[in-house]
Amino acid sequence: MSGTHGTQTTAGPVLGDTPPEATSATGEAGDNAAGIAAVGRVARALMPETGVIADPTQLRTYECDGLAHYRVTPALVVLPETTEQLAAVVRACSEHGVPFVARGSGTGLSGGALPRADGVLLVTSRMRTIREVRRADQRAIVEPGVINLDVTRAATPEGYYYAPDPSSQQICSIGGNLAENSGGAHCLKYGFTSNHVLGTELITPQGDVVQLGGLAPDSPGYDLLGTVVGSEGTLGIATTATVRLVRLPEEVRTLLVGFHTTDDAGAATSAIISAGVLPAAIEMMDALAIEAAEAAVHCNYPDGAGAVLVIELDGASAEVEHEYALVEQFCQQNGSFELRLATDATERALIWRGRKSAFAAVGRISPDYIVQDGVIPRTALPEVLRAIAELSSSSGVRVANVFHAGDGNLHPLVLFDGEKDGASEAAEQVSGAILDLCITHGGAITGEHGVGVDKAAYMPKMFTDDDLDTMQLVRCAFDPGNISNPGKIFPTPRLCGEVPGKRKKAHPLVEAGLADAF
Amino acid sequence: MVESTRARSDEPQSDPRKTDALSAGPVPVGTPTLRSAFDEDHPPSAELISDCVHCGFCLPTCPTYTLWGEEMDSPRGRIDLMKAGLEGAPLSDTMVQHFDACLGCMACVTACPSGVQYDKLIEATRVQVERHHTRSPGDRAMRAAIFALFPYKKRLRALRGPLRAYQASGLPKVVRGSGLLDRLAPKLAAMEGLAPVLEKREKLPERVPAAGARRAVVGMLTGCVQGEFFPGVNAATARVLAAEGCDVIIPRKQGCCGALSVHNGRQEEAQSFARATIDAFESAGVDAVVVNAAGCGSSMKEYADILADDPDYAERATAFSRKVRDVSEFLAELGSVAPRHPLEVTVAYHDACHLGHAQGIRSQPRGLLREIPGLQLREIAEAEVCCGSAGIWNVLNPEPARELGDRKARNIAGTGAELLVTANPGCLMQVSSSLERQGTRIGLAHTIEVIDASIQGLPVTTLGPQH
Repeated sequence: MSGTHGTQTTAGPVLGDTPPEATSATGEAGDNAAGIAAVGRVARALMPETGVIADPTQLRTYECDGLAHYRVTPALVVLPETTEQLAAVVRACSEHGVPFVARGSGTGLSGGALPRADGVLLVTSRMRTIREVRRADQRAIVEPGVINLDVTRAATPEGYYYAPDPSSQQICSIGGNLAENSGGAHCLKYGFTSNHVLGTELITPQGDVVQLGGLAPDSPGYDLLGTVVGSEGTLGIATTATVRLVRLPEEVRTLLVGFHTTDDAGAATSAIISAGVLPAAIEMMDALAIEAAEAAVHCNYPDGAGAVLVIELDGASAEVEHEYALVEQFCQQNGSFELRLATDATERALIWRGRKSAFAAVGRISPDYIVQDGVIPRTALPEVLRAIAELSSSSGVRVANVFHAGDGNLHPLVLFDGEKDGASEAAEQVSGAILDLCITHGGAITGEHGVGVDKAAYMPKMFTDDDLDTMQLVRCAFDPGNISNPGKIFPTPRLCGEVPGKRKKAHPLVEAGLADAF
Repeated sequence: MVESTRARSDEPQSDPRKTDALSAGPVPVGTPTLRSAFDEDHPPSAELISDCVHCGFCLPTCPTYTLWGEEMDSPRGRIDLMKAGLEGAPLSDTMVQHFDACLGCMACVTACPSGVQYDKLIEATRVQVERHHTRSPGDRAMRAAIFALFPYKKRLRALRGPLRAYQASGLPKVVRGSGLLDRLAPKLAAMEGLAPVLEKREKLPERVPAAGARRAVVGMLTGCVQGEFFPGVNAATARVLAAEGCDVIIPRKQGCCGALSVHNGRQEEAQSFARATIDAFESAGVDAVVVNAAGCGSSMKEYADILADDPDYAERATAFSRKVRDVSEFLAELGSVAPRHPLEVTVAYHDACHLGHAQGIRSQPRGLLREIPGLQLREIAEAEVCCGSAGIWNVLNPEPARELGDRKARNIAGTGAELLVTANPGCLMQVSSSLERQGTRIGLAHTIEVIDASIQGLPVTTLGPQH
């Protein structure tokens, strides 16, 4: 895990891929074999034969999630179909001290579902029932393996949809969304997953089934639901999610606007938002990203554009009409040379297809690449983009930019050819430097992909030891055995019995009587 | 329950490297006693495998992932297995089971944003499986029977008499009602249930002249299953082509195009069918070779790859493949001149995988159908997911195929259309048996039969057997 960061895809040579060395984050194979065997027995007693995977050939297909650079073969994979089965397996893990990692569709980009060699991978892909769509309450209750887009599909006939829409919405699961607090192109206006999950049934790391939140908009007491959403599987496993459904807008207008430079596109974005217009989405792609998307999906973006904005306006028709006039004006004032309005669903889909396929499409123009994820205040956008361009030209490493311009969530794609000596290291350096830029401009090391294993080493750059120790106290409150996705988020996993930090005296919060070391 | 249809392997393989394989490290290169999965003769390409970035966009369109929710039965999981094979893992029964379970529908190729050529990967893998894997005696016998029957018109024709007699006897109702065949021989039951109600054969001449001014000279593939089980489709194809100004050449000596063999890794058999098909059409002097069965057209467009290593045929195969057109593709390129009469009917159009995913032909058949006055086109939900036919997959995997067919039939029923139109004999057989089971009353027709009826001014009721 040493210093690697970003989503490095394993294009390039297949043979000789080296997985990360067994570390405290991934566990040692063969550790606690008796415990694993015991968990396997519990699982087999409860589930059909195909629900428990121990065959080494089959286990290999679970080595990684959407971040293929890190690969660890789990000791056991379990595919439960019910909460009861899952809870029983978690209880067995707790009893035998076996670490577990939850996984939905396995599309995460920070290695959040990277298995443990000494642990069990709990896959929710068979828990995929939409239990209820409550139109009048504007809520749906779904199981964790339900695919994000399927919630929208189920709600659309009722006139509703599920707003958070990560680029992988056609396959990512609601459980994974909840763990990572996933965003998406439309979170500019509608917010992240945390704004749309109102309740969850959670299996605690001890195997207890608890309900956090519910149908009501707020629960008294501590916001445990808020703590759990985005906790990357370290506080338990969600077995249902009660999500908010949003009324389908009366009108949607999707625009594709061509600019000569990213500076112009950035300035247009700022002008639109500072005028009080809140589009559902403002997405930016630069020339390299456009080239990749064209190669992959022939999205027919404007010729010769140095940047495009994909802007979506939605709401009541009168409001959209008014906003459209303003957006058109701000784009023109900031140097747009082409503005296209999608006239039907097919054209709208094609515009979005170019944007949504962009990450994977970069594979068409570069043998290898790192997908970076950082966030900055929107106003810092032009400055950071220029700094990235300088980094790129001084290092000779190409960087394609795809991002949620509206809320300053950057996704620089750092291109390299792993076959060339030193190229991978140079790319990693640039990728890391981009994160440093985000931090120095008041941003953060991840906008929406999560920390996982990938950015754990960067946490100390953003947080002090005290900050991290405080987070550990929260974690230990839920998972004193340190078995729920251990090795993720935090750079040095600590057992809950240990005194956090390097200091000799008690943690300041403990000293002040505000917290307790478990 | 996702369990119900799971194709099971026998007991997990005893793997001497089991303890090693549990480690975090790569599966070690095979020990001298174990041979690795693939030989050096065109194994699945490491370069093509490396195009996969593991994003998972293929999962929701993969029929087996949809059924079972497991990585090993998903495109990216199968690619992981191929990679394991290249790295020295043996071709175990477990591994083969997951390759065999792939329907070859190529929905993943359409879905993949990284352009992974899974079609090439799985075809190369299947050839290796056929070369190195010993199947169970029952499976071997079943496959031998299928490949001794389907690609041969005369043998299929010999089957027509007894099949028609059986269908006329009232026995099918008894057999299906008893469920006995399902229990005793599910694969045989699958074949029984899939056999279409046979139409009368129409004998086609070797040359059908263009009506009016000649606009093109085309060859026509009559196919094996299409020709024997759906002869009306071939007759309609010839009539429509002639009506649109084509001289239609139908070489007598043509046989099976080899599609079933290609899709099941039977390389030598596929190559020999491909050579014979090229021979049959090469001397006919046609501008295009028109095909009305999606699976056949897709394979014939691949002849250049299939015969790439044959010095006598490589170039000829490339030239031949360039001429191959699906009938809807050809008609759309040609542009229609024959007047269309109205057909007042609502149509659900089903994309055959080997037309939509493998050949990228989606807009052409829809465009041709929309040209017909009065015809209303409806889209089927989950259009990208295979109906479960997939060549002979539904015969070899009857239970999951039935689940996929029933799912497709529900979506078709959901359109409320009166007529289901598609362009592949396999889909027609598969979907019609599911619709029948479900009790949905809907007509079934090939795209070209609808166009033919419109040109001839025939009523809708002439189209396809009504359920």
